[in-house]
Amino acid sequence: MSKGYIHSFQSLGTVDGPGVRFVAFFQGCNLRCKCCHNPDTWAKVGNAKEYTAEEVADKALRYKEYFKDNGGITLSGGEPLLQADFAKDIFALSKQRGINTCLDTSGSVLNDKVMELLEVTDRVLLDIKYTEDALYWENAGCSMGIPLKFLGVLNDKGIPTTLRQVIIPTINDNEDNIKKLYDIAKEHRCVDKIELLPFHKICQTKYDEMKIPFPFGCLPTPSKEKMEFLKSFIKEYL
Amino acid sequence: MENKNWIGFKEGVWCDEINVRDFIQTNYKEYTGDDSFLSGATQRTDALMKKVEGLFVLERQFGGVLDIDTATVSSLTSYSPGYIDKENELIVGMQTNRPLKRGVNPFGGIRMARQACKAYGYKLSDKIEEEFKYRTTHNDGVFRAYTDEMRAARKCHVITGLPDAYGRGRIIGDYRRVALYGVDKLIEEKQKDKAKLAAESFDSPQIRLDEELYQQIAFLGKMKEMAMMYGFDISLPAENAREAIQWTYFAYLAAIKEQNGAAMSLGRVSTFFDIYIERDMANGVLTEEGAQELMDDFVMKLRIARHLRTPEYNELFGGDPMWITEAVGGVGEDGRTLVTKNSFRVLNTLYTLGSSPEPNLTILWSVNLPENFKKFCAKVSKDTNSIQYENDDLMRPIYGDDYAIACCVSAMKVGKQMQFFGARCNLPKLMLIAINGGYDTTSGIHIGPQMPVLEGDKLTYDAVMERLDVYLPWLSHLYVNTMNIIHYMHDKYAYEKTQMALHDTYVDRFMAFGVAGLSVITDSLSAIKYANVKPLRDEEGYIVDFETTGEFPKFGNDDDRVDSLAKDMTHKVITELRKTNTYRNSIHTLSVLTITSNVMYGKNTAATPDGRKAGEAFAPGANPMHNREENGALASLNSIAKLSYDDCRDGISNTFSITPDALGKTESEQVENLVTILDGYFAKMAHHINVNVMTRETLMKAYENPEAYPNLTIRVSGYAVHFNKLSREQQREVISRTFHEAV
Repeated sequence: MSKGYIHSFQSLGTVDGPGVRFVAFFQGCNLRCKCCHNPDTWAKVGNAKEYTAEEVADKALRYKEYFKDNGGITLSGGEPLLQADFAKDIFALSKQRGINTCLDTSGSVLNDKVMELLEVTDRVLLDIKYTEDALYWENAGCSMGIPLKFLGVLNDKGIPTTLRQVIIPTINDNEDNIKKLYDIAKEHRCVDKIELLPFHKICQTKYDEMKIPFPFGCLPTPSKEKMEFLKSFIKEYL
Repeated sequence: MENKNWIGFKEGVWCDEINVRDFIQTNYKEYTGDDSFLSGATQRTDALMKKVEGLFVLERQFGGVLDIDTATVSSLTSYSPGYIDKENELIVGMQTNRPLKRGVNPFGGIRMARQACKAYGYKLSDKIEEEFKYRTTHNDGVFRAYTDEMRAARKCHVITGLPDAYGRGRIIGDYRRVALYGVDKLIEEKQKDKAKLAAESFDSPQIRLDEELYQQIAFLGKMKEMAMMYGFDISLPAENAREAIQWTYFAYLAAIKEQNGAAMSLGRVSTFFDIYIERDMANGVLTEEGAQELMDDFVMKLRIARHLRTPEYNELFGGDPMWITEAVGGVGEDGRTLVTKNSFRVLNTLYTLGSSPEPNLTILWSVNLPENFKKFCAKVSKDTNSIQYENDDLMRPIYGDDYAIACCVSAMKVGKQMQFFGARCNLPKLMLIAINGGYDTTSGIHIGPQMPVLEGDKLTYDAVMERLDVYLPWLSHLYVNTMNIIHYMHDKYAYEKTQMALHDTYVDRFMAFGVAGLSVITDSLSAIKYANVKPLRDEEGYIVDFETTGEFPKFGNDDDRVDSLAKDMTHKVITELRKTNTYRNSIHTLSVLTITSNVMYGKNTAATPDGRKAGEAFAPGANPMHNREENGALASLNSIAKLSYDDCRDGISNTFSITPDALGKTESEQVENLVTILDGYFAKMAHHINVNVMTRETLMKAYENPEAYPNLTIRVSGYAVHFNKLSREQQREVISRTFHEAV
């Protein structure tokens, strides 16, 4: 049974996938997004504890009564794809136990292990952080190509997918960007939902504790009205 | 039909015997639809409520008590009729002759009545003082019999909040009987029971019951007189919905005029009323708007019910509560749910009249409740923070389908079971007394078996448990005997004749014990077991503090290593209590419930090995200690769900606060997820949950600026309060509690 590093658990997740979900936050991330609200999950090991896949799956099982038809387990992070083997074992066990599996990822890693993981994944929450390659390079540290390729794989496999994007004022809070995001969704039949998440700064304290700057800490948060306006372009995916 | 007022109802066993349950089961109409049928408040209701709101403002400005009638002893007929606005009231009846004016009830204890008057700038009249010079109150009786050890246990707060100076409460009369049968029929049945008693050989139990029946019959008569003063003859069954509500309210009113019990709960009336409302609607004499008005008026009356309390009492039970608990929903033994349109209407009063702590609306939750009703409850919770939930699937197999909740979490069959209320003992303090060999460092009192203080630089789990195995049996025996005295004297000097007249003559009795500080003793034992706990001593060698190093599992994280310690502790306590016989052969039960007394219990308890500082508040009820939950809300719920209801039949209270964001992104998601959480929690066989959906910021604003939040209601521990009626200390404690937030 594989082992892996987990930053923390949240027994009541209602914002990372449908219904009520048990969320395991993986330690370690290959990106350094300037809007990241979990900088404490970046390091490969950090303060994380090591668990076996079975231990994680067993924890999720304790909440099965709360999952009903649409809830289940979500793996988030950090980047779960960096520990794809571990993630796969957790999902495989959970599926055996009738628990729905959901993967929250940047889609920035694609290898054989990841392909195996997708075989036991019921839904993917895929971050399409920006709709321009330049913004990807500048603010996330990778090309836009891999997440799009990842989305192509999800489409081929027919895995239901939610596209997510954090709306950051002055960076991507414009009509043009949302329309491009809409087009990406349109081109992939696996996408059945788009979530626009308002950029927030409550993570500032984490950056302060780690004594590193919060790159987007100087930016404002988007207004409710702006969020509603942007959502009006993706109505069929809400 | 035997009675013309029953025409339109289906006949059943209920026609031949006093059997409200059978009447309900034979006649109610289950409703599975949504809330769209509901009406809002009418102009009349708004105008009347405005007057009531005005009185609430005055009451606050007067320091919490608007007025006291210091010259009259509260009873059924001792005040002339009172009204809010006579012409516009649909349901009438006041505790005294004016709304919010408090009566004096010295039967529990004259000292308490005197002190309460004094605390608000009044003086108990000489007439009452004189009269009670020659009367023995419940309080007098108890203190005549208390042993030295009982007094010491009380004084050092290892047992606190005992109902030895005021009415014990927690008895629910079957107030519906008055509406269904009329008082004359109830008197007739009691007379038959009294006559039958003559066949038995008379000793104390028979003689006591014989006298009690005399009192019950006399007070049923007084109840009729009281109603007559308002122009109503309640000798016969109610003829329509308005009368059914009025008759039931008169019965409840009679009870709260006679008794100032801590919790004076209502029972389970909503679905009962629905039968009358449906009949009136079928006859074309009542509209939906009219039905809501009747419920609004009834609830308005319940919201102005008051008892006179002392400041010390408020420290235990903050916010001026009455615990007018109404159980709503649940499922019948035949599988039909007991949800009716009137279950919706009673919840709708939180919109028509605004949010409010009273009546204490309690949803008897079952996985099988109609989805529409579940969603409506969740929405009301989210909007008003005014309702609580208890597990019908857990209680129904034990109490059937016509039980109700007394106070916060105490289940009993309506009219067939009652309880002797017994506050709670302080478990963390008991542990400290045990390791100090029978010495309480906070009060300086020696109590219990005397032995040396535990030695050594590290507390070991085995040594501490060995000590508890000596002190817990000692305290349990003392606790049961103390309760026996209290309830013997209460029966003797302050018997609840009105409420017991609305019970079967032969009832089951529970004796309800309680524990406070369960999560504190649990985490302390966990620290001793899994970390290093070094006792720190004063000059005399008594252990007064601890130095705890290392990691240890904490209650509230779904970790069996520590959760099992909590479960074992409650099992040990009830097992020990059961070893001492109870007054009137009552059944020992145990609650994990503190009301707001967790603040006071903590104040009187020295530092504990879990890292809690001396004087720091305990967590309320069965809650984990504040902010020790590291794995989110459901982990916390799972820990509490592990406590066994078999061991804690008097209820396991859990108060849960969550921010709206943590429940989901949209309003409909939040409602659905709350329903899912409740279904999951109760599927784990948990007993109770108070739900608050709010942010800490709201409470902090209300703390800074109370006047701007006059109606802010919050569930605290088995009941709800207006936040601004809590003491500053209690408010701070509520703010410091865990709020489950979005990550």
